[in-house]
Amino acid sequence: MQALRPYLAAFRARFQLMLQYRAAALAGFATQCWWGVLRIMIFAAFYGVHAAAAPISLADAITYVWLGQALLALLPWVADPEIGQAVRSGGIGYDRLRPLDAYSYWYARTLGWMLARAAPRAALMALAAGLVLPLAGLGAWAWQPPPSLAAALLFVPAFALMTALGAAIVMLANIIVAASLNERGVNAVLTPLLIVFSGTLLPLDFFPDALRPFLHVQPFAGLVDIPFRIYFADLAGGAALQGLALQAGWTVVLIGLGRLAIDRTMRRLEMQGG
Amino acid sequence: MLQILVEALAKTYRVAERAPGLAGALRGLVRRRWREVHALADVSFSLEAGELLAFIGPNGAGKSTTVKILSGILRPTSGRVEVGGLVPYEDRIRHVARIGVVFGQRSQLWWDLPVIDGFDLLADIYRVEPTRYRHRRDELVAMLRLEPLLDQPVRQLSLGQRMRAEFAAALLHDPAILFLDEPTIGLDAPSKLAVRAFVRRLNREQGVTVLLTTHDMHDVEALAERVIVIGQGRLLADGPFASLRAGVLAERRLHVDFAGPAPELDLPRVTVRARTERSLELAFDPTDIPAPKLIALITASHAVEDVHVDEPAIEEVIARFYDLHDAHEA
Amino acid sequence: MNALALYGRYAMTSLRAQAQYPAATLMLTAGHCAATAIEILGVFALFDRFGPVGGWTFGEAALFYALVNITFSLADLLTRGFEVFGTDFVRTGAFDRVLLRPRAAALQLAGHEVRLSRLGRFVQAFAVLVLASHLVPIDWDAAAVATALWAVAGGVALFGGILILQATLAFWTVESLEIAHVLTYGGVQAAQYPLNIYAAWFRRLLTFGVPLACVTYYPALAILNRPDPLGAPGWLLPIAPVAGFAFLGLSLLAWRAGMARYASTGS
Repeated sequence: MQALRPYLAAFRARFQLMLQYRAAALAGFATQCWWGVLRIMIFAAFYGVHAAAAPISLADAITYVWLGQALLALLPWVADPEIGQAVRSGGIGYDRLRPLDAYSYWYARTLGWMLARAAPRAALMALAAGLVLPLAGLGAWAWQPPPSLAAALLFVPAFALMTALGAAIVMLANIIVAASLNERGVNAVLTPLLIVFSGTLLPLDFFPDALRPFLHVQPFAGLVDIPFRIYFADLAGGAALQGLALQAGWTVVLIGLGRLAIDRTMRRLEMQGG
Repeated sequence: MLQILVEALAKTYRVAERAPGLAGALRGLVRRRWREVHALADVSFSLEAGELLAFIGPNGAGKSTTVKILSGILRPTSGRVEVGGLVPYEDRIRHVARIGVVFGQRSQLWWDLPVIDGFDLLADIYRVEPTRYRHRRDELVAMLRLEPLLDQPVRQLSLGQRMRAEFAAALLHDPAILFLDEPTIGLDAPSKLAVRAFVRRLNREQGVTVLLTTHDMHDVEALAERVIVIGQGRLLADGPFASLRAGVLAERRLHVDFAGPAPELDLPRVTVRARTERSLELAFDPTDIPAPKLIALITASHAVEDVHVDEPAIEEVIARFYDLHDAHEA
Repeated sequence: MNALALYGRYAMTSLRAQAQYPAATLMLTAGHCAATAIEILGVFALFDRFGPVGGWTFGEAALFYALVNITFSLADLLTRGFEVFGTDFVRTGAFDRVLLRPRAAALQLAGHEVRLSRLGRFVQAFAVLVLASHLVPIDWDAAAVATALWAVAGGVALFGGILILQATLAFWTVESLEIAHVLTYGGVQAAQYPLNIYAAWFRRLLTFGVPLACVTYYPALAILNRPDPLGAPGWLLPIAPVAGFAFLGLSLLAWRAGMARYASTGS
């Protein structure tokens, strides 16, 4: 416990700081409601023409959209902006002076940043799409609970792994920012990759069938497509376990890569005296 | 001619308060508590054309709020302000065309552009008539020795070079009033001297009214005939620096180097501020005991190698003044 | 120097600054092109899987997509100063510097930066336009071209108005303003599908509230020579983009109110 203390403190400090941005949370929530409605209307229009062509039911697609909007801030959209600032201000030098494991320290802070941004928005979204919509008589457009206890239980590790995997991806981006002293390039590449390959643009099975073997094994699938399909039991039993294994595998690989890269980057920063 | 008139100026802000800890952060999400902060309360002063005034005070005293109101950026909560016959915040565009502003910490030049291109653009922004502009620009370039810098992008200038360019940029439209906000902050010694010499020249030779805020007391000493001290939103003093000094800290210091070990002195109303093996620093009030008399007293009974008298440093005077008015950083 | 000429000077200044880093500008443009082009993938995947919707094929949907993206790319190119107003001007205090200059603040912000990299979206949208013209096919006679240009002008005014509203919001809160993305990026996404696939309340919002349909859907119908499946009168289709200019006017009024507030809070 004592060994973990600085990392927990780093996490908590960042979490509290981000919670202060009340207007940002409300604005984010409003934005996500809008995007959700928009996506659902587009789905509904296409399902209205030819529902049989779809890989999942409309109700599941709607839940997929709401879940995605609720957990949007948990995805690795960009490198942690604090890293970019620290690089520019030279504050990153202080991190080297702390008697801590640099990777774990940044990882904890990044996790705090992502979770604090996501938590209030997810709560509001659950309230709006899960509770208010059915009460308003719009149950057909609502965020449905998991269909079974098994699905709900499987979603717990899936959620934890999507968070861990997301933070591991942000960490890689952070390290590239620290090494290249520039965040624009990384973010310009990361965001579109995320949108297409995580299943944010469309659930991955909506893309032409020939692409499935590839889309189902790449790391971004573990951020949205896999955990969400576990949630509404499109992936159940062995398929769900396979999905979890894929999430866990990529998380381990990417954390390992990040650890290798951070050591090299830190050494280089030391040599430059940056 | 009266140029700046400030009467009963007050400015109140509302700021959000945050309770500490996670519980406080969560509560802040739902409901916020507000607190009123009186940045300025009842400040009055006036300034004649051609004056050079230094505005000093601890951080958060209300200096920058006053400057922002005078320059038309901010509207006061109450009170009256007139600058050159205009109410700055009612008539922003006409007002700012007549003033120049230099911020020590912020640039108004274009980072990636050569200095001269920035000047040209400013001339268009301020609608300076072309022949007047060229004349004025050449004059400023000569005064500030900018010739070799004109074709360099601003980002390549040193801070001292950049400040010189900033001064030219602020003066291209020939303003009657110049506001300087910490103009020497971060500069090296020669650059500070150059800035002070330039401001003095501008004030004396061209009659530009200058209002300066600074934390650097040497700026005040070198430039200002008149000082306004502001603390916690109130005007604490307004007058020549010498009278401020006399009011707070009239004492002088006598430094004595002895031929032998420094003796124990027992003189009424004279205190020993510091001693080394062979020297003493004494504080005395010249109205109690004039300096020649004190020196005579000491040399009569001790072998003395050297004496000199000086005044407390200006920083010390100001710090004492803040103490007296309980006006430390808010 | 009058406002328009000064704006031109600002624009030239910004372009010269970017010309100092040609490689970086080019790479940012390419990156932006790739990043914004993924939306057409989504549109294509849906049409590919489900077939035509609301009477529209992929080719026709591509025209809607191209029109709104071309419009937005130009607006985005021209309004960077408003987009970064909260973070780069209000929070840093740089807005004070703007106010210290004897020109309208909105003009100075409009001239702050002409961001060339935003042409990346324009490039991909133009490619989609060429594709749509082949797939439908579209007859680009003088009337169609004029309608398209007029629609784009109205759309740039509309998006400009939205970005001015976003900047106006920064007078009240300098925190993250992604809410405005609802109308900009969200608007682009909404308008890249034909209007008649949406629910009625949403169609009304896009026509009378934030009149995106007036600058994309209706003029696109005129270009395609198709009557509105929902029955809007034919004479209305080509003149609808005027709504964009009205929206811009209203936004400027809100901006004024924000300026007044800034002067009294200085936040």
